[in-house]
Amino acid sequence: MAVIKTDHLSRVYEDHGVPVKAVDDVSLSIEEGEFTAIVGPSGSGKTTFLNMVGGLDAPSSGTIEVDGKQISQMKQNELIGFRLRHIGFVFQAYNLIPVLTAKENVEFIMLLQKKSKAERDKRATELLDAVGLGDRLGRRPHELSGGQQQRVAVARALASMPSFVLADEPTANLDSTSAENLLDIMERLNKEQKMTFVFSTHDPRVVARAHRVVTLRDGAIESDETRS
Amino acid sequence: MIFKLAWRNIWRNKRRSIISIASVLFAVTIALMMRSMQLGFYARTIDNVVSFYTGYLQVHAPGYEEKKSLDKSFADSGELATRIEGINKVTFTAPRLESFALISAGDITDGSQVIGIDPEREDQLTGLSNKVEDGRYLNAGDNGILLGSGLAKHMKIGVGDTVVVISSGYHGVSAAGRYPVIGTVTFPTPELNSTMAYLDLPEARWFYGATNRLTSLAIMIEGERFLNQVETQVTAMLGDDYEVVSWEDIMPEMVEYIAMDNASGVLMLILIYVIVGFGVLGTVLMMTMERMREFGVLVAVGMQKSVLRGIVLLESVILSINGAILGIVLALPSLIWLRANPIHLTGAGADALISYGFEPILPFSMAPEIFFWQTFTVLLIALTASAYPLFRITKLNSVDAMRTGN
Repeated sequence: MAVIKTDHLSRVYEDHGVPVKAVDDVSLSIEEGEFTAIVGPSGSGKTTFLNMVGGLDAPSSGTIEVDGKQISQMKQNELIGFRLRHIGFVFQAYNLIPVLTAKENVEFIMLLQKKSKAERDKRATELLDAVGLGDRLGRRPHELSGGQQQRVAVARALASMPSFVLADEPTANLDSTSAENLLDIMERLNKEQKMTFVFSTHDPRVVARAHRVVTLRDGAIESDETRS
Repeated sequence: MIFKLAWRNIWRNKRRSIISIASVLFAVTIALMMRSMQLGFYARTIDNVVSFYTGYLQVHAPGYEEKKSLDKSFADSGELATRIEGINKVTFTAPRLESFALISAGDITDGSQVIGIDPEREDQLTGLSNKVEDGRYLNAGDNGILLGSGLAKHMKIGVGDTVVVISSGYHGVSAAGRYPVIGTVTFPTPELNSTMAYLDLPEARWFYGATNRLTSLAIMIEGERFLNQVETQVTAMLGDDYEVVSWEDIMPEMVEYIAMDNASGVLMLILIYVIVGFGVLGTVLMMTMERMREFGVLVAVGMQKSVLRGIVLLESVILSINGAILGIVLALPSLIWLRANPIHLTGAGADALISYGFEPILPFSMAPEIFFWQTFTVLLIALTASAYPLFRITKLNSVDAMRTGN
């Protein structure tokens, strides 16, 4: 079953009065359990595509279906609630809440979902254990390395039990070892929990691990390669 | 966790938050001290005014306040006082029968306000017996006269001398009498000293030919805050047959003075709070603007903007209320001490108060509304200071906020 389905998706920006096509007529279907990388050079439309699929940006034309629901017509509040329940995000700059500990950062998403304290506590601990940070629960972001912060971000993305995780350049700020560790974790979660991951990246390490690589150029799909 | 988040956000920049809280703290402390002194002084002034002569309320015959004449007196054998004293919060009443008279001794004649009083009740209301300078105070049943010391001095008479009093009595009857001077009283103002004279009420009624009549019945109550309540009840009970006036009606110039002085105090407080408000606004604005990227992330991962607005509002409220609570805690010991030990004024300020018959002290009030209004004002500042950050959050676009921090 397709967790993400775009149909003739386009996004046009106005740049000093000149229309610029950031995403151009992209029709794509991503199935449950995929480990997909959206690649392409800078300005190819990877992030814009991911933002639209994540409900953070509205398309100029075309439709987006997530978990069988059209999200392009949703109102802002509805969309925020939808994101909370269906989509996990991992950002390039980690973007953890600096005043909360690693565990609180993970719990926070579940708090927004109104999960009970016991459930929040259990799942946050399990997730941080799963990303290898079981001994760093009480550390605040500034007490963690970049790689550790990004692993907390992955745990946070999974906390809400989303249908899929969108990761925008997740390894861009990491050294090789941290990047490999992170990819190991995400690959394992994909394999063990059937979690769908969609990356926008131009990191060859991510591309090498991806089961499917969609290449964008000038906003349009240039190639779509599935690996066994 | 929302509160925890707001609390920790405040302490992200300790120095900035401490400065903000300190500014609110000092504003609240200054405001409390100022308002406590002002309201304490007003309460004392009102108390002085009502216990000096007027009482909190007075009952007259209709039209007496307009034209003070014995013909505008009313009949009362004490039954009216009993009924009024039965009203909740009324402490006691003091009857009076007063008019203008000429007082003569030897070849000197002076104009005077001759007042018939119930000696005991009048003393309870005005402390008249404490003002006796020479001789003694009036007793019930006396047929002597108590004179203002200035009047006695001008007439060159003293205790034991006799004066002749002449006036126009009730409905124009001739009023004349000879009274021995049993004492002299001294008032703080020369005007009162040279005009006041007191008779026992039955003697005054006989003198003015006004049997069982009163020109006024002064009413004392438990405090200024019960004035409207008691006035309404007395008015309702007496109907149109009587005129009920408060000290505010009798002394509008005092009301105006208090209102003007109060307005200047409030203006000063507004200035202080506006300055502090900008300080809080600066902090809240900085706290918000430097976190726009973070807000973008929070909304992206599923936090409703209303929750985010709640957090920012909570931060502003915590910042301000902490300052307010600390301000109250700082001011409270001083206020308690100053209430127990009011400031005694000296010099010209003291002389001015004495000339009005007031004690030269600055008492402090501990009225709960002072603390309520300061807390309310600080909350208002918190809400106002949050308005712009809340607006920015409402307009926030996650993608832009995460990309540019705006």
